[in-house]
Amino acid sequence: MKIAVCIKQVPGTAQVEIDEKTGVLKRDGVESKMNPYDLYAMETALRFKQDYGAEVDVITMGPPQCEAIVREAFMMGVDRGIILSDRKFGGADVLATSYTLSQGLRKAGNYDLTICGKQTTDGDTAQVGAELAEFLGIPHVTNVCRILKVEAESITVDLDLPMHIETAAIQFPCLITVEKGIFEPRLPSFKLKLATADRKIEWLSLKDFDDRNEMHYGLNGSPTQVKRIFPPESHSGRDMWKGSSSDLAGRLFEMLKDKKFLQQAR
Amino acid sequence: MPQIIIHQTKAEDPQSLVALCPFDAIECIDGILSINSGCRMCRLCIKNDLQGVFEYVEDARPGVDKSLWRGVAVFADQTGGQIHPVTWELLGKATELAAKIKQPVYCLLAGHNVTAAAPGILEYGPDEVYVYDLPELEHFRIEPYSAIFEDFINKVKPSVVLVGGTSIGRSLAPRVAARFRTGLTADCTMLDIRPDTDLDQIRPAYGGNIMAHINTPYHRPQFATVRYKIFSAPEKVAAPKGRITICEIEPPKLASAINVLEVKPKRREVGIEEAEVIVVAGRGLKKQEDMAMIGELAAALDGRVAATRSLIEAGWADPKQQIGLSGRTVKPKLIITCGVSGAIQFVAGMNNSELIVAINKDETAPIFKTAHIGIVGDMYQIIPALINKIKDYKTAGADCLQAYGGKA
Repeated sequence: MKIAVCIKQVPGTAQVEIDEKTGVLKRDGVESKMNPYDLYAMETALRFKQDYGAEVDVITMGPPQCEAIVREAFMMGVDRGIILSDRKFGGADVLATSYTLSQGLRKAGNYDLTICGKQTTDGDTAQVGAELAEFLGIPHVTNVCRILKVEAESITVDLDLPMHIETAAIQFPCLITVEKGIFEPRLPSFKLKLATADRKIEWLSLKDFDDRNEMHYGLNGSPTQVKRIFPPESHSGRDMWKGSSSDLAGRLFEMLKDKKFLQQAR
Repeated sequence: MPQIIIHQTKAEDPQSLVALCPFDAIECIDGILSINSGCRMCRLCIKNDLQGVFEYVEDARPGVDKSLWRGVAVFADQTGGQIHPVTWELLGKATELAAKIKQPVYCLLAGHNVTAAAPGILEYGPDEVYVYDLPELEHFRIEPYSAIFEDFINKVKPSVVLVGGTSIGRSLAPRVAARFRTGLTADCTMLDIRPDTDLDQIRPAYGGNIMAHINTPYHRPQFATVRYKIFSAPEKVAAPKGRITICEIEPPKLASAINVLEVKPKRREVGIEEAEVIVVAGRGLKKQEDMAMIGELAAALDGRVAATRSLIEAGWADPKQQIGLSGRTVKPKLIITCGVSGAIQFVAGMNNSELIVAINKDETAPIFKTAHIGIVGDMYQIIPALINKIKDYKTAGADCLQAYGGKA
């Protein structure tokens, strides 16, 4: 069984601020890290490696710096790392990102199972998995919270839906997105770090793909365009209360009473 | 297609320009600048580069003929014939958008034994409901649902498609958007439409305190997902004028590699989404035991307890209690935030609440930009005092009733 896990490098913190006067992003030398949700996807794949001898590859798209997260994946037990990097991939939205990943995955191998995390912490859109499955022409399920059974032709999983737990069997090849908490992600191993220090990472760029039409990648291949970015509007007509704690509690109590949030016993 | 071009000769100190990009997308190798795949087209390099090295070029590209795509379509999110209320909110927004461009509102209803729900949908004003009522659609499985969605879009050719940000919508909308190779903007918090039918989509972005205004200028349909309780449900119309159209599709298109074996109901809990009053604990809380104080205030107000992401990650509250982009979106009548700083991911999940009261020691906390009433003070003093006052008030009410022989 061959498994691909899609991972992404994200900013180490979500605390990005914008200067209201200049409209400039304020980001002070923030470290990058692996998207935390991807750790669950990778752990799921590594359990399959443990239990069924699956081969596990990770794939990511990004600038050369993202080598760091592929090395980290090696330290957790991943077999092979593929990085899709090309300046023509820059400025990609969900569609172009998914398409690029699909081209990379087609090139990298025939996978029975592709696993994605629930979402990233920087984009927060949780859409790449489904778009990727469409471009790969394979079925997908989201919200996988438990793996029940793995057979030669299919996998049986529990899906965590708002009102239900649904049990479904999906034939290979397929793509699943897993919930946070499906398994406890392992820590990177120092032994594996040493053992994989020289392992080669495969770098793919546009010229390696089957579809080399530049219009399908990066900014050119992105139907959505960011017109502008701006700080969120602050509320007008807000009221600031200051004073002693007992006064503040009193004022709040009166306000809640006036607005009928306090129900006396009836 | 717009792009950023680099005038290498204008760069006096190329290496110094690398710092212009907050996403590390500018590279300088042997004095030659280039832009790598980290570029997000935020255009800050252009804004802050005083030498004119970076230039934004927008070459108009032939897009679709927008006049061939008309109307605003809403996907009716349903499970077991129960329509998810986000559908009503989207129909309200669709009606508003369609009125501006004088185009119709459509609704797509798909499932098994769902036709009976169509007249109820018409009460929210769409001009036409397209119904795909087929046994293959009993459970949400991606291939048949994508197939009917594709069929619907080819039939109707809507300019805009709105889908609820539910577990179904977040799986289905991207799949169909990819099939049409068009744009999808997830979790929009504001939507408007231009005379040329371009949808103005606004969503929190970059995981920071930033809003992004997004357009899909060259593609149709324009997909947007919106979470539950971002918009308000409209009043029902007294005399629905819309039509119901029953649709067919060739059975082979409904084939699926997914077999749903069992659907077990979860223990039904009233989610924080349903609560009218919510008290939220934030990082200002010093220890896990203090959640009891938040719980006591919530109980005194007949409300529910919620928490921010950091407390969920610390294990002090259940993930179901999380408000924010990676948690739940709420729109209660009253929300009191206690020691919450107000990161945009949190605010995006609650800023449509009717009355927002924020208690925080730090006068500069961003939550005060969102709050209607900002209370600068120590929650460890204010909340216990408030709980006591509420208790006294309730007891007084009960005593009073007793004195008159009333029942408590």
